[in-house]
Amino acid sequence: MNRHIKTITPETTDLSRRSFLVGTAATGLVLGYAGVPGIGEALAAPSSFEPSVWYAIAPDGLVTVTCGKADMGQHIASTMAQIVCEELGAKWSDMRVALASNDPKFNDPVLGAQITGGSWSTMMNFDAMSRAGAAGRMALTEGAAAAMGVPASELVVRDSVIAHPKSKKQMSFADVVKSGKATKTFTPDELKAIKLKTPDQYTMIGVSVPQLDIPSKTNGTAKYGIDVMLPGMAYGAVVTPPVRFGATVKSVDDTGAKKVPGFIKAVTLDDKTGTTSGWVVAVASTYANAKKAAAVLKIAYDGGPNAKVSSESLLDEAKRLQKLDDSGQFFVKDGDPVAAFGSAAKVLEAEYTTSINIHAPMEPMNATAEFKGDILHIYSGNQFATRSGAIAAGAAGIDPKFVVMHQMWLGGGFGRRLDADMMVPAVQAAKAIGKPVKVIYTRENDMTMDFSRPLTYQKVKAGVDVDGKLVALSHDVVSAWPTARWGIPDFLTPSVDKKGPLDSFTVNGADFFYTVPNHYVRAIKNELAHNATPSGQLRSVAPGWTFWAVESMIDEIAAATGKDPAQFRIALLDGKGKNDGGAQRLRNTLLAAMGLSGYGTKQLPKGEGMGVACVSSQERATASWTACVAHVAVAPSGEVTVKKLTVATDVGTQVHPDNIRAQVEGAALWGLSLAMYEKATLKDGGIEQTNFDSYTPLRMSQMPEVAVAVIANGEKATGVGEPAVTVVAPAIGNAIFNASGARIRALPITAEAVKGAMKA
Amino acid sequence: MPTLTINGRSLSVDAANDTPLLWVIREQLQMTGTKFGCGAGLCGACTVHVNGEAVRSCQTMLSDVAGKKITTIEGLAPKGDHPLQKAWIAEQVPQCGYCQSGQIMQAASLLAKNANPTKEEVVAHMDGNLCRCMTYSRIQKAIMRAATEMRTASAAGNERRPT
Repeated sequence: MNRHIKTITPETTDLSRRSFLVGTAATGLVLGYAGVPGIGEALAAPSSFEPSVWYAIAPDGLVTVTCGKADMGQHIASTMAQIVCEELGAKWSDMRVALASNDPKFNDPVLGAQITGGSWSTMMNFDAMSRAGAAGRMALTEGAAAAMGVPASELVVRDSVIAHPKSKKQMSFADVVKSGKATKTFTPDELKAIKLKTPDQYTMIGVSVPQLDIPSKTNGTAKYGIDVMLPGMAYGAVVTPPVRFGATVKSVDDTGAKKVPGFIKAVTLDDKTGTTSGWVVAVASTYANAKKAAAVLKIAYDGGPNAKVSSESLLDEAKRLQKLDDSGQFFVKDGDPVAAFGSAAKVLEAEYTTSINIHAPMEPMNATAEFKGDILHIYSGNQFATRSGAIAAGAAGIDPKFVVMHQMWLGGGFGRRLDADMMVPAVQAAKAIGKPVKVIYTRENDMTMDFSRPLTYQKVKAGVDVDGKLVALSHDVVSAWPTARWGIPDFLTPSVDKKGPLDSFTVNGADFFYTVPNHYVRAIKNELAHNATPSGQLRSVAPGWTFWAVESMIDEIAAATGKDPAQFRIALLDGKGKNDGGAQRLRNTLLAAMGLSGYGTKQLPKGEGMGVACVSSQERATASWTACVAHVAVAPSGEVTVKKLTVATDVGTQVHPDNIRAQVEGAALWGLSLAMYEKATLKDGGIEQTNFDSYTPLRMSQMPEVAVAVIANGEKATGVGEPAVTVVAPAIGNAIFNASGARIRALPITAEAVKGAMKA
Repeated sequence: MPTLTINGRSLSVDAANDTPLLWVIREQLQMTGTKFGCGAGLCGACTVHVNGEAVRSCQTMLSDVAGKKITTIEGLAPKGDHPLQKAWIAEQVPQCGYCQSGQIMQAASLLAKNANPTKEEVVAHMDGNLCRCMTYSRIQKAIMRAATEMRTASAAGNERRPT
């Protein structure tokens, strides 16, 4: 079970220790949580760098919401504005968004840091943004009441106008701000006591308003990190070693580089943060020249301890570790699976694997660093400003409080921009030449130095009784530990066997909502993989592989016991004990997907089949309930054509229905891409795929029909960016089995593997 | 110094002939709507028009465009209101948005020649443009919407024309 959401909330984010400010500043009405004096300064950059606000209303009536979340295409900035707008009573066309700096006042109110991931943002900010919006409405209303000389209780707020129907008087938000009469302040208790709207009163939540960032993304004006231009700036091209991690630079010969026009310097990184190893930056007046210089640098490397590691050796090591009785730590330990296997009527065992996968967002990693006086300014699109600022500080050898992170739009994130490696070359190059430097990775740098989804190996054993009932399941998950790499204890989870913390972001999802009386899940760290392929959080993280194993095995058990795989799941989702509530929601979602896809209602042509899967991604405590029916055709050659994906997801409350559809469809296609088209391999310590010719995400011609059903049943809003990634691969694998009898246990799925499994 | 004819203007630039057009546009001219994605002509993020043809600016050297007309996303329509740009907003296509300049420029070269493309023609024309957010179905819808608008506008224009 995950406990990080509770445990990582530091006291400094406790609302009781903050006050909510509502007051008129010269520039307009500003509303936000003020940090406790002394604490904010101690944690990060001094608060005077940016005003501390969630939103401001200017004298012209425009409402600018500052988003503390990284916007990587999930339109979270617009969503935050929408939640504020609902309670504030503003007109949507008056809303604007700005991206927050790393000032701790913009920290997530639940997580206590600036981090964007886990499909957490909407669920964890809904309440705070709602209260901020409501407080603003109340302050404006009181101000308007004073200005108009009428009781506040008789005022109606709508579309940025505060009206008094009896007297037909009215004031716009702009009028109230200009009057200077909005002065009400809120204590934490008053904030907490604000009665928020009930869903039946919503006029904005649930409406697909135009996303505020989209126009700028159709005319080239949206500014990403790579678009930052600073006066006097130089450019850095990175030369990375042939080994992913652990190499060191022995010597650099820049004789050839010196002949390149505009070449300034070759900077060998001295990375005490341990984020990079063996990197050199060629700095020049233009990026084209920096690349030319980089190409002719002669660098001698010591390959280090990982120079012979390959995908095969990582897998061998994983298998060795899994066989050891004392490996790893328990994430789940219910009943006694070992004893239950002994008395089971039938025992099934299977191994499931997933390959290394690369994030490859379309905007290659980049960062621009500028030292200005005592302050280091970083311009980069980043998902984890709190940690990345600290890494930048570490690279500069300064205190993190002197780092200001300027957030940009992210040209894709998918978890890649939780990492901060790009800060290191930018900072050290800027320091070395005394000028601002923008470092841009080539696609080759970006792919070979990705903090990838780790190679995973899972062994699952299942025991069924004489009635075909699943009574025992053991599940070992062996992988690199992406979150352990962060060195932040609060993001790790105590093991149930008290053997120390484990990285729950390698096993989430394995703690499913099926009722299985004897169940254990063991998280085993593959130290070799951890060191040789420093891993990261790739869209959907652990559930992207745990459900591949679980949902394939459930299907295998159904087949072995002669049951319909969908009905078998429904029986397991009985909602007993700890699964009450979640199991029923998941069952309903599965039924919705079955209904929408016509599962079981028609005879499919020979070679075609349907498969189901259902998941509680991302985490047990933050699940969105998601099910998929995949319809595939399998040729005798083993070629698989995915004809249609039907995805149903229960998200509780929809803030923006159209965006949810966009996210779910994008996530489902990511799931398909990972299942069928994306594979990275390690050889001699280096990632072999370097560009989109060898690492090949889904293209338009490979897109199947996708049908999405969104269930909004009034429960709290859940996340939508990731869950649908995780449900697709097992649904396709199960559909292939249904179509051809071939059981696939390795991702990505290849025609050779399918053909081989058909013969077997 | 080479001179570029770009978005209807003539601009002299200071760069070697073997400099990729992409970096000249982005760094020297500071038109950053054209994006760097792969540097190898594999993703389409850097797509611009040269004499009306969609090309990958990362694979086009400065010497290749001498005397030719270059159009970038900034110059596609004076007010950013090309039917494709309007359709992109109507269909709420972009997620992260990084590839979308290239997608729009690629699509514009199709519609300039074929105002009534089939779905298959759209897919064949757009398949070289990667979208990592996987907005492909909305891209298709937006292209079809823009094509319809362009045909309607053109038909209306024809009606008004004196015979």
